[in-house]
Amino acid sequence: MRSKRFEALAARPVKKDGFVKEWPEVGLIAMNNPGDPAPSIKVENGVIVELDGRSRDEFDMLDTFIANYGIRTEKAEEYMALDSLEIARKLCDINVPRAEVVDITTSITPAKLTEVLGKMTVLEMMMAQTKMRSRLMPSNQCHVTNVKDNMVQIAADAAEAAIRGFDEMETTVGVARYAPFNALAIMIGSNVGRPGILTQCAVEEATELDLGMRGYTAYAETISVYGTEDVFMDGDDTPWSKAFLASCYASRGLKMRFTSGTGAEVQMGYAEGKSMLYLEARCLYVTKGAGVQGSQNGSVSCVGVPAGVPGGIRAILAENLMAACLDLECASSNDQTFTHSDLRRVARSLMQMVPGTDYICSGYSSTPNYDNMFAGSNWDAEDFDDWNVIQRDLKIDGGLQPVDEETVVTARAKAARTMQVLFKELGLTEITDEEVEAATYANGSQDMPDRDVVADLKAADELLKRGATAVDFIKALERGGMRDVAQSVFNIQLQKCAGDYLHTASLLSENWEVISAVNYMNDYTGPQTGYIISDERWKEIQDIPWADDPETI
Amino acid sequence: MAINEQVLRDIIESVLKEMSDTPDSGAASNAVATSAAAQADSVKLTPIGDAQAGTAADEVLIGLAPAFADSQIDTIINIPHDKVLKEIIAGIEEEGLKARVIKVYRSSDVAVCGHDAADLSGSGVAIGLQSKGTCLIHQKDLPQLSNLELFSQAPLIDLDTYRAIGKNAAKYAKGESPTPVPVRNDQMARPAYQARAALLHIKETQHVEKGKKPVEMKVSFQ
Repeated sequence: MRSKRFEALAARPVKKDGFVKEWPEVGLIAMNNPGDPAPSIKVENGVIVELDGRSRDEFDMLDTFIANYGIRTEKAEEYMALDSLEIARKLCDINVPRAEVVDITTSITPAKLTEVLGKMTVLEMMMAQTKMRSRLMPSNQCHVTNVKDNMVQIAADAAEAAIRGFDEMETTVGVARYAPFNALAIMIGSNVGRPGILTQCAVEEATELDLGMRGYTAYAETISVYGTEDVFMDGDDTPWSKAFLASCYASRGLKMRFTSGTGAEVQMGYAEGKSMLYLEARCLYVTKGAGVQGSQNGSVSCVGVPAGVPGGIRAILAENLMAACLDLECASSNDQTFTHSDLRRVARSLMQMVPGTDYICSGYSSTPNYDNMFAGSNWDAEDFDDWNVIQRDLKIDGGLQPVDEETVVTARAKAARTMQVLFKELGLTEITDEEVEAATYANGSQDMPDRDVVADLKAADELLKRGATAVDFIKALERGGMRDVAQSVFNIQLQKCAGDYLHTASLLSENWEVISAVNYMNDYTGPQTGYIISDERWKEIQDIPWADDPETI
Repeated sequence: MAINEQVLRDIIESVLKEMSDTPDSGAASNAVATSAAAQADSVKLTPIGDAQAGTAADEVLIGLAPAFADSQIDTIINIPHDKVLKEIIAGIEEEGLKARVIKVYRSSDVAVCGHDAADLSGSGVAIGLQSKGTCLIHQKDLPQLSNLELFSQAPLIDLDTYRAIGKNAAKYAKGESPTPVPVRNDQMARPAYQARAALLHIKETQHVEKGKKPVEMKVSFQ
């Protein structure tokens, strides 16, 4: 006989998730691995000659890079002498300002910072995250993709996502050769929704840089770094090659961040017996050392690995906090599917939603998950109202707000129409009225007619071959009578010349003001300090159209 | 292993159902669902010395990762390795070509297994195959991190797909441009399998011997 209770429990979604027991010897452990190195540093004449138990002649290439570029040496020995518990206490103590903590955390070693966070509970880390986030106010990023690579739908979805509150948007491709169209569509659509949205197109690294240089995108984030030499070399890379790539973006005035996350090294079989968090610390120090302003981390696409071991979700919070400790922008993942359980989905995200990070999701799928070409996100378009209600329940700002249908439909229609005009003016493939209509009302690509893919790909190739850049898009939009959109595309290019949005944790307001950790520094020091939800913003958050109004009942 | 067998079976069945809903999949093999108990001894790989570069244009190499049919005996969804190998070889032979099997030891990376094999293949085409079932079709003049076709989600690869992969590899070897084998996508494969995939890959990687040359294997099915 089988227990009916156990039968019921066996049928629960959480039982479909994969779990494994720890195996510290190979690094299948989230944090607090006895195999992690003991923190140490020795500085001679301003040069780090010993790092976390290894002398310079024993350094691997990551050690060398981190020792040369990733740690401030002036007070390193002094701060390394502090008890890790004392640093942990400073992190969650409202009486210790952020700047004081950053002075310490940017002067200590990867093993030391790993040890510090290992002494904290998730609650303490959330307190610390509130204080350590670099930008004053949190924000959110979304994915805009679909399985058909339909660029009209991408534009419409991006317009809606902008109205819903996302400040950054990311697309990618099913078929690689669609990249220029998808990049163009997300830039146009999002800026129809609200001027000043930053957009990117995640593709192979050289193509991604090329699109940025031509003005099809405003930033990039899928530049991956890893915590062990073997995994780095599996990707045909070194910290120096990644730093070089980063400087290419900087030279063209393009915002960028690196990507890394717990679980990647152990997933690749080369974790050197270290904890996932320690290896992620090495990634973040490489990021810092490369002079990059920010990191997308939080396990990202390896999330099934930390989520499968004990304390894995705690480690993900710890790695986000670690990025903030290094004074980096943190786009904190919450993007990839990791569970069948709605309860686990929310519990995992509260770690970042409640304290707020620079970009809470990176990103939230603004389409139904079946259209998410990043293999599915932890949140999708059909969760919009749940997200909004959670914000309303807890009085937190997760970056989104309730919207009314008419505003959304109008914006979607304009975005789709703009694509139609732009394609016509550029002499690309035809976008029909039927497609504009379908994109205006679509939920996903199942609601879209099929396009002539062969003709599209030919036109996309041809667009790149003729050397079309943002200047051509601006002119075409102007000719087609879409002056306001042309102005937005122009303003984005202007930002690249000014370069202000290269500062840490930037986003652009609808008036094209750069909002970053430089002019909006997080000054949290306890209740009623730091980012406080304004009355106006609170009204936006709480105003769900389907709530009963006492006056009308 | 913390994965409940019934749950695993349910997932496999739902995946299979999904597959049989798509046209072109033919009779989805139910061999997969009934293979929980793998037969370890039904394929025997006997080393016959360092793998040599082939000259026959009608061969496709299969580059196995270090643990294949040795310390590991079935894929992440418990398809026995002998069945996987049989289907791939059958697919190659169906196109009138010959299969040659080597074991790669210097890496457990599927791209390395495939590319090292392609370098030794008389036709220049090879299949790389990990113990957990991840595989790809590679060609020797491509960069290692590129490929002709990649099947990255091992939990979604069934025996029919392995056969189709063998067939397509043979077609590339003949200089044809076949339609790529349809790749399935399941956003819930990661939650269900990623941790287990890490475990299997770590165990495979423990059998890597850096610097060791690929070894040619005589394959006998029992």
